[in-house]
Amino acid sequence: MGKKLLIHNDKVPGIDTLEVYRAHGGYSSVEKALKTMTPDQVTDEVKKSGLRGRGGAGFPTGLKWSFLAKPEGVERYLVCNADESEPGTFKDRYLMEKIPHALIEGMITSSFALGAKTSYIYIRGEYFYVARIIETAIAEAYSAGWLGKNILGTNFSHDCYVQVGAGAYICGEETALLESLEGKRGNPRIKPPFPAVAGLWGCPTVVNNVETIAAVCPIINMGGEEYSKIGIGKSTGTKLISASGHINNPGVYEIELGVPVEEFIYSEEYCGGIRNGKKLKAVVAGGSSVPILPTELILKTAKGEPRLMTYESLSDGGFQTGTMLGSGGFIVMDEDTSIVKNLFTFARFYHHESCGQCSPCREGTGWMEKILQKFLNGTANESDVELLWDIQSKIEGKTICPLGEAAAWPVAAAIRHFKQEFLDVARNKKFIDVSHYNRLNKIIA
Amino acid sequence: MSSQIHGTQHFDKSKRLEIKFSDEVMQIAQTIINRYPKGKQKSALLPILHLAQAEFGGWLSPETMDYVASILNIKSIEVFEVASFYSMYNLKPMGKCILEVCQTSSCWLNGAEDIVKYIEKKLNIKVGETTKDGMFSLKVAECLGSCGTSPMLQCGASYHENLTYEKVDALLENYKSENKRKSYTDLDYKNTL
Amino acid sequence: MKVTIDGIEIDVPKGTTILQAARMIGPEVAPPAMCYYSSLKTSGGYCRTCIVKVTQGSAANPTPMPKPVASCRTEVMDGMVVENNINAELLEARKGVVEFLLINHPLDCPVCDQAGECKLQDLGYGHGAAATRFEFKRREYEPIDIGDKIKLHMNRCILCYRCVKVAEQITDDRVHGVISRGDSSEISTYIENIIDNDFSGNVIDVCPVGALTDKTFRFKQRVWFTKPLEAHRNCDKCCGKTRLWLKGEEVVRVTARKDQWDEVEEFICNSCRYDYKKTSDWVIEGPAPIHRNSVISQNHYQHLNELKLQALKQQNALGFMPLDKKP
Repeated sequence: MGKKLLIHNDKVPGIDTLEVYRAHGGYSSVEKALKTMTPDQVTDEVKKSGLRGRGGAGFPTGLKWSFLAKPEGVERYLVCNADESEPGTFKDRYLMEKIPHALIEGMITSSFALGAKTSYIYIRGEYFYVARIIETAIAEAYSAGWLGKNILGTNFSHDCYVQVGAGAYICGEETALLESLEGKRGNPRIKPPFPAVAGLWGCPTVVNNVETIAAVCPIINMGGEEYSKIGIGKSTGTKLISASGHINNPGVYEIELGVPVEEFIYSEEYCGGIRNGKKLKAVVAGGSSVPILPTELILKTAKGEPRLMTYESLSDGGFQTGTMLGSGGFIVMDEDTSIVKNLFTFARFYHHESCGQCSPCREGTGWMEKILQKFLNGTANESDVELLWDIQSKIEGKTICPLGEAAAWPVAAAIRHFKQEFLDVARNKKFIDVSHYNRLNKIIA
Repeated sequence: MSSQIHGTQHFDKSKRLEIKFSDEVMQIAQTIINRYPKGKQKSALLPILHLAQAEFGGWLSPETMDYVASILNIKSIEVFEVASFYSMYNLKPMGKCILEVCQTSSCWLNGAEDIVKYIEKKLNIKVGETTKDGMFSLKVAECLGSCGTSPMLQCGASYHENLTYEKVDALLENYKSENKRKSYTDLDYKNTL
Repeated sequence: MKVTIDGIEIDVPKGTTILQAARMIGPEVAPPAMCYYSSLKTSGGYCRTCIVKVTQGSAANPTPMPKPVASCRTEVMDGMVVENNINAELLEARKGVVEFLLINHPLDCPVCDQAGECKLQDLGYGHGAAATRFEFKRREYEPIDIGDKIKLHMNRCILCYRCVKVAEQITDDRVHGVISRGDSSEISTYIENIIDNDFSGNVIDVCPVGALTDKTFRFKQRVWFTKPLEAHRNCDKCCGKTRLWLKGEEVVRVTARKDQWDEVEEFICNSCRYDYKKTSDWVIEGPAPIHRNSVISQNHYQHLNELKLQALKQQNALGFMPLDKKP
């Protein structure tokens, strides 16, 4: 059993209430930080911990915090990115739903470190019921004095608010999120300036993922150095993995970074193997945008070493033979899965979610979906595979925000590792969806 | 295709509701506005649009958008730009229950297409349509963050997960029997914003 | 600050963008720009045609930038080295951008009033491919009036946001904007509003394509059959400095004056644009300068020597230039 720091109490009855959460050691990081530490010391502990952004990019959190501009007399903000919408990812929802106070505690401790008097939690609109849970928890925290004026009798005062989105994946991009928070269309901003200098309403702002902020609590409690001992190398600490697809036990798992992928897929502690005794075909390891890998490359690196659930091991081999840990959205596909059709669902997703600001993404995502639709219709030609490859290469790296890459990478990887499947569909002029998983019929029968 | 959005100008004028928040709802709106610094009241636009949509018939008519613009002291075009950007705002009237079936990867892997077909057959409507009695609208949605409990559909603020045909039957019946409620979004949305 | 673009070094003030620096050197190194507009704040960054490769970030930090950057929104650093027309990979990337801009464009140039002064035509000619690879139905919208003098052909729009920024920054009331998202995005007024204020006509001038056209000029005349003259009048609303487009003695159109980058020098009011269509209303200054490569300047050869000089200057700077990398 690996160490758990974030959702170890998820099964405790009433853990979503302040009373039970507190009884299980909740809010101790706020006590420790506000009473015994300076803001810079808190930041230092986060730096020492080696914590990396859990939203997908994996940027060192302490470093991000240290970039925050601190001009005199200008408000600073902490904004929590709870706009979780990367296909395959549902860990933030789980954390907020089960242990809402873990996020609020992290918000207070982090805001103290950053000198933010106000923070916002931007929750995707579809997670409405989750927003309600968070709002209830915030109200509890206010009445118990964890939020508001002079917390724990110190000089530190803090207000935390929830804002709900309204349905737009792009708002998970931090500058689009800020635009949305300002009541505008979720159009990513052109950088620089970065939010650390000019973010919310032009003020210095840090935007962190839910899990990142929640991880600040155990880091402060145990000390950054202790935290950094968990995991392997630069992949320190624990990570929430959202496991879905053709596995026996889909769900959210907290792992110590470094668990072998094979163990994660097959052990009863985690995914419990492939459903119905089928064989593994492919895995999307870190949310829809990261490259899909076939069985042989997801279980072992190109060098033949066991692939581990770490930032480094998953990206070993670059995009030729590797992938990314990303947001930890782990989608498992069995031997009957059509990679072509799965890619189509991704392409449709990115087409639907492109904000439309810059031309390569606005026009390219729709074009790729249309071509993939041809494959499903059985009207694709072999040359369409080349065309798809060329289009994705012309989107990648040419856009304002990373949605361009997110849309291009899955196409590139599917063709890189499963080209034959595309060619077969094109040659046979027929698409048969053997992957159409008849789980539903089975249950009825 | 002509612009769908321009179609919003054609709607039945006789069915117009009076567009004005009650004192109670106005109070909620004011609480939301107060979360933001002075002069940044535009930031309240997204939550207030949710509130207005729930209050005024489940969609955002031009009158509703004008009203929201007047509350926040911004231009109507600013409201329109935002309302048309986000997928949760309806720019035309919808059924009381909007069933949104997620269709992205994990949900597809676990049979979301079957669920869509089943509902289409059961309600005798296609995706994008509303039943004649105005009770149900069927939509497909992109990833709703329920991949581990797929297939799933969302109705208002509720997630219905690990769907089977029986579960779909049951939830449709359930919504029908609760038909007295004005809309499945109003109560949900008012309590959280 | 010293910056080198396509092998040519130039000193520019701090805060200059790569695009501006390139324009200071001259048209031979300046990247094409479809959405950027010097006089409109926050314009640029959307179309991606002006992307360039930064092979050296600065003298202090020589690391190359990993991705191509939008030159219109990237400020130069001291010692920066930029590649534009000499980088084959970049030109290929730009070709991709042009293709994206064209896949949903109707290519209805034969019936488009912008033909002959369309930036997208120039871009396609200079940087595009010979044929399209897009085989699907293009987006289609009905043309609509968004003011009594302005026609919107959404089919042709490339979503450069210039007209929105004009409305925001030049006029006193913005009633139109970009609605919907992704490839369904469109320019629209709020429901059935019309654009009506003294400076609204400027949206026509800033539109790089034939999406916004002057209804008083529509189908009257091909622009290359008209003669542009610089003229002015005393106007209490604007600078009164305009460009008259004559067919014979008839003023068929009045626009703002544009500089060598096709950007409006000074915005003009609707009275000057629409209400004074007689030559006697104006003080004529003389013929308007027109691009040497513009179809409007056909039969005008005064730029030929300049052309030769520029080609020589560039060849000297680069040593040689292979044919396939020719701008």
